[in-house]
Amino acid sequence: MRRAFDIALPLLLAAALLGLWEWTVAAKQIPPYVLPAPSAIARAFAENFGSLMEALLSTLTVTLEAFVAATVLGVATATLFAQSRTMERMLYPYAVILQVTPVVAIAPLILIWVGFDHINLALVIIATIVAFFPILAGTTLGLKSADFNLIDLTRLYGASRLQTLWRIRLPGALPYLLSGMKTAGGLALIGAVVAEFVAGSGTATGLAWRIVESGNRLEIATLFAALALLAFTGVLIFAALSLLEWALLRRWHESAIRQS
Amino acid sequence: MGNGAVSLSQISKRFPGGTQALRDLSFSVAPGEFAALLGPSGCGKSTALRIAAGLLAPDAGTVTRDTNDIGFVFQDPTLMPWADALTNARLPLDLKHVARGEANDRTAAALKRVGLGGFEHAYPRELSGGMKMRVSLARALAAQPKLLLLDEPFAALDEITRNALGDDLLRLWREDGLTVLFVTHSVSESSFLASRVLVMSPRPGSITADLALPPGRDSRLAPATIDAQRRISAALNTALAA
Ligand SMILES: Nc1ncnc2c1ncn2[C@@H]1O[C@H](COP(=O)(O)OP(=O)(O)OP(=O)(O)O)[C@@H](O)[C@H]1O
Ligand SMILES: [Mg+2]
Repeated sequence: MRRAFDIALPLLLAAALLGLWEWTVAAKQIPPYVLPAPSAIARAFAENFGSLMEALLSTLTVTLEAFVAATVLGVATATLFAQSRTMERMLYPYAVILQVTPVVAIAPLILIWVGFDHINLALVIIATIVAFFPILAGTTLGLKSADFNLIDLTRLYGASRLQTLWRIRLPGALPYLLSGMKTAGGLALIGAVVAEFVAGSGTATGLAWRIVESGNRLEIATLFAALALLAFTGVLIFAALSLLEWALLRRWHESAIRQS
Repeated sequence: MGNGAVSLSQISKRFPGGTQALRDLSFSVAPGEFAALLGPSGCGKSTALRIAAGLLAPDAGTVTRDTNDIGFVFQDPTLMPWADALTNARLPLDLKHVARGEANDRTAAALKRVGLGGFEHAYPRELSGGMKMRVSLARALAAQPKLLLLDEPFAALDEITRNALGDDLLRLWREDGLTVLFVTHSVSESSFLASRVLVMSPRPGSITADLALPPGRDSRLAPATIDAQRRISAALNTALAA
């Protein structure tokens, strides 16, 4: 009952807003190159369905590759930090610098270094940089939050560092990692879009490029359709990762238990 | 291998904050003994126990243990929340690379001994506080230790559960012939469970009385138990007055 309500309420709001939008555009006679009506956007979406899906596939591929790369690199780096305080002190500042430097500012450099003939690799690298930090920060915190007494217990039984890492620290870090992954999923998409913007038309073929191109041609309805598709993809990524989180934590973690 | 004797000699420990937790602490526990380390809160009992286990290095003094087969039970259950009771209690065997089948059998037997047969696949959050403590005890027993160290394991429990677990512990000690060092601040608990009571005084912690308790304390209200309580209380009062 409550779940149905949770889903129905935002949908109801969406329907009301779309109705208002449609009515306003018609009543005030707003020109379609300023603000197209929802019906016009839907039409543009249907007419360009094939090409939009191709663009989506391109952006989604970059996003997923960057997300996987960020997860692997983030967990690996956090594990390295957990094993060596020296490594952490030496490298963490650089991770922070990478995080706080706007990616738009370094993207052109990366494009030049990787080369325009490897445009997809460059896009993936840029999106990975954007998505990397929440994974690193989350996993690092998780690995440090291990129960000290449990760690002592493993020492008592002569466990190796690897055993302690595998049996105590990594499972304990899982909730933190998953929370980082939820943030990183959205950031990977944003990173992919930003990277396409910087790469410019002619080279990239994703949704961001469609948005730029539609804007240049004043096909605002298509622009909106691409935009909506992008937002929907973002929501879908978040939902998928939330589902993964729930599936992995539902037996034991407070956060998942209270929801069920 | 050895029989589970442990002895601390002239142990001193100062923490980085400046607290002198222990000074010239000495005691030894003979094989097969059930010793209680009794003292007021903050007198250094946990510190002494961690030093005895080798988890903490003393500033001065020596620890001699004739075995490394130690079981340790913390004040809190200290379980892995992501693992069921069986996996939790099996941890020592897993760390020692005991084959999975044998480890499962031994762990299931240990769980049965603490009265948790049938709860092998329950997660910690599905267990009561007393049951979690039992899993923790089963984990310590699964590795068949020679020396069992317990840090106020039942302090957070109600009296009924505390007594039941105390009875369990006493039975396991009799059956296995292991050596037990049991930290507590309860006079009545030590008077019934222990065969020997070491009374500690605070700031800095050291042993002020060493009482051997006679047999015949068959119940918590037996005259011998009550008599032991009186002796322990008197020793504790002296320790606090000093
Ligand atoms: N890690 C630490 N850093 C600094 N001081 C500590 C630390 N651990 C313990 N102490 C201090 O050492 C003293 C003894 O502590 P300990 O935990 O051994 O006492 P305890 O007898 O076990 O007390 P309780 O019965 O309350 O558990 C206390 O004064 C405490 O403040
Ligand atoms: Mg203590």
